[in-house]
Amino acid sequence: MKYDVIIIGAGGAGLTAAIKAHESGAKVIVLTKEYSTRSQTCMAQGGINAALGNADEDSIESHIQNTLKSAHNIANEEAVRFLCEQAPYAVGWLDNIGVPFSRTKESKIAQRKLGGASASRACYAQDYTGLKILHTLYDKCLSLGIEILNEKYLLELLTKEDKDEKTFVYGVNVLNKRDSSIETYETKSVILATGGYSRIYHTHSTNSVSSTGDGIAVALRAGARVSDMEFVQFHPTALKESAILISESARGAGGYLLNSKGERFTNELAPRDEVARAIDDEINKGENIFLDIRHLGENFINEELPQERKLARLYEKVDPVFDLLPIKPVAHYTMGGIEVDENSQTNIDGLFAVGECANHKVHGANRLGGNSLLELVVFGQQAGENACTYAKKFNKEYNLHSELDSDSFFNDSNNEINFYEKQEFLGDIFYKNVAIKRDKDKLLTALDEILKIKKELPLMGVSDKSKTYNTNLIEFLEFKNLLQVSELVVQCAIRRQESRGAHFRTDATDENEKYKKHSIINKDGEISYED
Amino acid sequence: MKINIQRDILKEYEADLNDVTLLEFLQNIKTSKDSSLTYSSGCRSGVCGSCAVRVNGREVLACSYKVQDGDKIEPLRNSKVIRDLVVDMDRAYAFNQKAKAWQSKDSQNILLSQEDEKMNEVQSDCIMCSACYSACPVYAVNEEFIGPFSLTRAWRYVSDKREDSPSIKIDAIQTNGVWDCTLCNECTIVCPQGISSKADIEKLRAQSAIHGFMDPNISNFGGGFGFDGSPSF
Repeated sequence: MKYDVIIIGAGGAGLTAAIKAHESGAKVIVLTKEYSTRSQTCMAQGGINAALGNADEDSIESHIQNTLKSAHNIANEEAVRFLCEQAPYAVGWLDNIGVPFSRTKESKIAQRKLGGASASRACYAQDYTGLKILHTLYDKCLSLGIEILNEKYLLELLTKEDKDEKTFVYGVNVLNKRDSSIETYETKSVILATGGYSRIYHTHSTNSVSSTGDGIAVALRAGARVSDMEFVQFHPTALKESAILISESARGAGGYLLNSKGERFTNELAPRDEVARAIDDEINKGENIFLDIRHLGENFINEELPQERKLARLYEKVDPVFDLLPIKPVAHYTMGGIEVDENSQTNIDGLFAVGECANHKVHGANRLGGNSLLELVVFGQQAGENACTYAKKFNKEYNLHSELDSDSFFNDSNNEINFYEKQEFLGDIFYKNVAIKRDKDKLLTALDEILKIKKELPLMGVSDKSKTYNTNLIEFLEFKNLLQVSELVVQCAIRRQESRGAHFRTDATDENEKYKKHSIINKDGEISYED
Repeated sequence: MKINIQRDILKEYEADLNDVTLLEFLQNIKTSKDSSLTYSSGCRSGVCGSCAVRVNGREVLACSYKVQDGDKIEPLRNSKVIRDLVVDMDRAYAFNQKAKAWQSKDSQNILLSQEDEKMNEVQSDCIMCSACYSACPVYAVNEEFIGPFSLTRAWRYVSDKREDSPSIKIDAIQTNGVWDCTLCNECTIVCPQGISSKADIEKLRAQSAIHGFMDPNISNFGGGFGFDGSPSF
């Protein structure tokens, strides 16, 4: 069976793209390595930005300017303008398909303030915004009869050069997790919506264990370009013990950050890069850092932040209604990703990318809270429509064939070195050396360690030989993707000898005009800079 | 600490861990002792619904449960076990389709008040972990029962002002639906999100009555009055 559009990934971006492609008349299928509702999107808490002005005075222009400012001069203004102008329509659409947003007394969608925003702009559903958006999109897909195939792990994109020597995509190979068979799907276009790579930082990340950069690694191997990989956002407030996210909306509502002396030390509502650095400075002085929302009161917390309270009690054994909440910054969102144009298409014909795996250049060096859920919807719709349009015109020739055999995953495997230990080690090195504050020596050390692990890779492998639901195999494949992506992050961080947004170099603390550009990595791993 | 995990056989695992979640325990075993141990996980913060299992017969999220010495860990019930603690959710999730648990068509800027939103605020917290589905005893007698989470999700849309055809959904949940529930409340007890599917099913029954449906289990379908004079339908 030949599809018009195959979507890899069933989080907010993938499902939005699927809905739009389907409504545009495409034959669509969604493949996900988990189940749709388990995607990273469900963990988004704070909200989705749109200048509706429901809570206070706001304008689309303010949204644009706040986003550009936070991006530190390397966002694409046209893309940001499009994102912010589309935002009210995107939220309107979510409202119309049934997302249960919280409401104001005037029966409008409730909005609250997040960091770096000049107004209360984030539309929310308590602190379950991502969960409720994701589930509503899922329900919408069901209503349209869109086929979602679960537990299919992306292995490779099938590509070929056309007669003009332009590479195009015509299929995907996935591993059926349930029986380890390889399945080939033929398609006229592919949309990657596979999420980010924060799990390089292993347990020092707010993310799901699935944020392993699979789509980015697979796209690179197929010849796609990726960009801005060095920009990794640290969320200022994760629980200290577990690295579980506590939403920025806690500070938006008036929460304070305190050090061990009980003193405030920063503007809590600055953009995340600034707040994370301020916290990092305090921690390096030997301070413990706390989030204080006690003064917001039990009613407010129960009403607006029920999940935060639940998580804090469960994972930190602290009730934020009565006590200070110990926090630390951890890796949260990866700005870098697969390079796409203004149509969400990559440099490979028919290959589109959207969501955290893509780089639409709207976040620049530092994403604004509330803009990632927005990006999923705005660019998800765009990618879905454009992939459909592309598929309708598709007339390229190819022979469908695949040489991949899953037996090779087992035969090749050797297990002298436990890759899980290396994965943990990689995470620790990244948290120490490729984190909030970087310098050349730290980065070179990290690179050295990555290269060592790469060299040792033939000594690692899958020790579980079962073909039935082999998570040891999947986790090894994910680890290899993470390793590939981690090298790019460090390489780009070494090359960018300046400080910009989330990329802060203690050996080059200012923004440098020379680097007011995007770092681009091509399929040969070469780094260049482009406007 | 030692725990027992139901694999092909019941197997004992030991780890030098204290005050950890069951998921952390499983991860420890997987990454350092037995890479073949198979379970699902995702967000590790109770919101993705991946890691529901049974501990000593009771459904929990592995990421939200502090594991205790001697615990017996088993996969969810009522779904086919694929391997160890991983079950195939496709069949359970397909009941959402049968319940038509969605908004029938895009609404056009209907204003919802705070009270309107509260109608299904808790129901829309559902994470589809299927703890309720596993705990539900109805499946022992009726495999086609639409089930607790799908019925809660049906109520989530039936109760939404933006839904313009709630009667289609009410129709969809008459057979193998609201009347097949025994109101035993097991689903409520195990829900990690504090949702009571039982209560939602009762609300759907009331709506069904408004739409002219009656409990097929009651033989005197003409209605009538009980001994105390109260309506018995």
